[in-house]
Amino acid sequence: MKGLGSARAVLAVATLVAGAVAATALAVASAAAGPVTVEIRIHYSHYEPAWITVPAGRPVTFVIRNDDPIDHEWIVGDAALHERHRTGTEPYHDSRPTEISVDALTTKRTTITFGAPATLQYICHLPGHEAYGMVGTLVVAGS
Amino acid sequence: MRRLGGVLAAMAVAFILTAGPAAACGGLIGPNGAVNLLRTTTLAAYHDGVEHYVTAFQFAGGGGKFGSITPLPGIPTTVEKGGDWTLQRLVRETTVQRDSFLFSAAAAAPSAAEELMKVRVDALDLTVLRGGGDAIGAWAKAHGFRLPPDAPEVLDFYATRSPVFLAAAFDADAAAARGQQVGDGTPVHITIPTAAPWVPLRILALGKNPNGRIDADVFLLTDDRPNLLPSPIGLNGLGLAHFAAATPSLLDDLRSDRGMGWIPAHAWLSKITIDASASQLKFDLAIDPTGTGRPSRVDAGLAMPAPPSAPVEPTRAGLALLVVAVGLLVVGGTMAWRRPFSTLT
Repeated sequence: MKGLGSARAVLAVATLVAGAVAATALAVASAAAGPVTVEIRIHYSHYEPAWITVPAGRPVTFVIRNDDPIDHEWIVGDAALHERHRTGTEPYHDSRPTEISVDALTTKRTTITFGAPATLQYICHLPGHEAYGMVGTLVVAGS
Repeated sequence: MRRLGGVLAAMAVAFILTAGPAAACGGLIGPNGAVNLLRTTTLAAYHDGVEHYVTAFQFAGGGGKFGSITPLPGIPTTVEKGGDWTLQRLVRETTVQRDSFLFSAAAAAPSAAEELMKVRVDALDLTVLRGGGDAIGAWAKAHGFRLPPDAPEVLDFYATRSPVFLAAAFDADAAAARGQQVGDGTPVHITIPTAAPWVPLRILALGKNPNGRIDADVFLLTDDRPNLLPSPIGLNGLGLAHFAAATPSLLDDLRSDRGMGWIPAHAWLSKITIDASASQLKFDLAIDPTGTGRPSRVDAGLAMPAPPSAPVEPTRAGLALLVVAVGLLVVGGTMAWRRPFSTLT
């Protein structure tokens, strides 16, 4: 009987371990395939955080919350894009997921899939805002 | 008078560049968020518990929508057209006279904000607002003004101490209809009962880049020789250009101007010159008008006001601590009581 008891105990422990391993693997797999959400707060005309790393090849949803009583923008892209926006005349951005106008005291969501690793910047191009410090860095990391 | 001539010349150039009204102690809000404040003058006088604030808005021609926001230390009882010569007379009083010809030439604000008062003075629409930084910002947006990027922080800076602002909106068409010329000023007199007078200075830097310069003159008229914070020592961007008992002739002249009958028989005149970078000007000017006390660091913007004290509610943790403390006292007291008196000495 003692041998049978020991075998049951070993079986129970093995079952528990196997279950734990399976759950862990499932969680990891879920996390790897699940949505990526990044929250960005705008406060006193600065982005918080001002440095973000996201994975390449997966949709990333940015939730941009403007806590200021003035309008702002969140435009992400490379140096050439920002250079165009510095002299651009488009007063409001809502047609491209990488270019978002965020009205005072509102929250906007946008989902972007970055294809390849890169280092980009997000900037508010309203007059004087970039110079005031509304600049952040977004690193797209390879898998 | 060379200095006054220089001031006027600088103002004329700035008028051409900005096209809008500017108040001496208000942040100017332009359609592109750009700000250029001119070297103008302001009188902040304190008598019988009332701060009298006289400043001028200059017509600079052109169109577009412009305005300014001036933080106030309290809710005004009146906002009205100021006297015609008060500011000029103060400049004259404190300027070394070298050239009488030049002197003669010189003589010549989610709309949760509460609108406390609306007044029209010439081409200016003046609105006294009460609200937090967000509310004032939302009001400004709803009324067509674009605030510069530093506005949220600056509005909060003031609203935490005194959530009262004066918004001035300029009506270009009305100015043209009135035949106002570029450079014409509209003096505005604000009467504010307050126990703690202060003059907003940080607002002058609104919208300026960190290296942008701020030039302004602030005249103070107090019953006694005042104490000021920060002290105008020069290194902090504030200078003391005049600090003396006001002359009877000055007080008589000021008293004879419109709305200035409150000027007392005796007063102390101070002239504070501001020559600072925007990054330097992170404070206001607090005043102890009696000269016997210390001006408030909170009024000067050098310290935050104490948060309102929350009602004390007993929590479980607090009650547990209280029980433990009482228990320790009882045990300690019992041990001391049982201990022979001789060991206590």
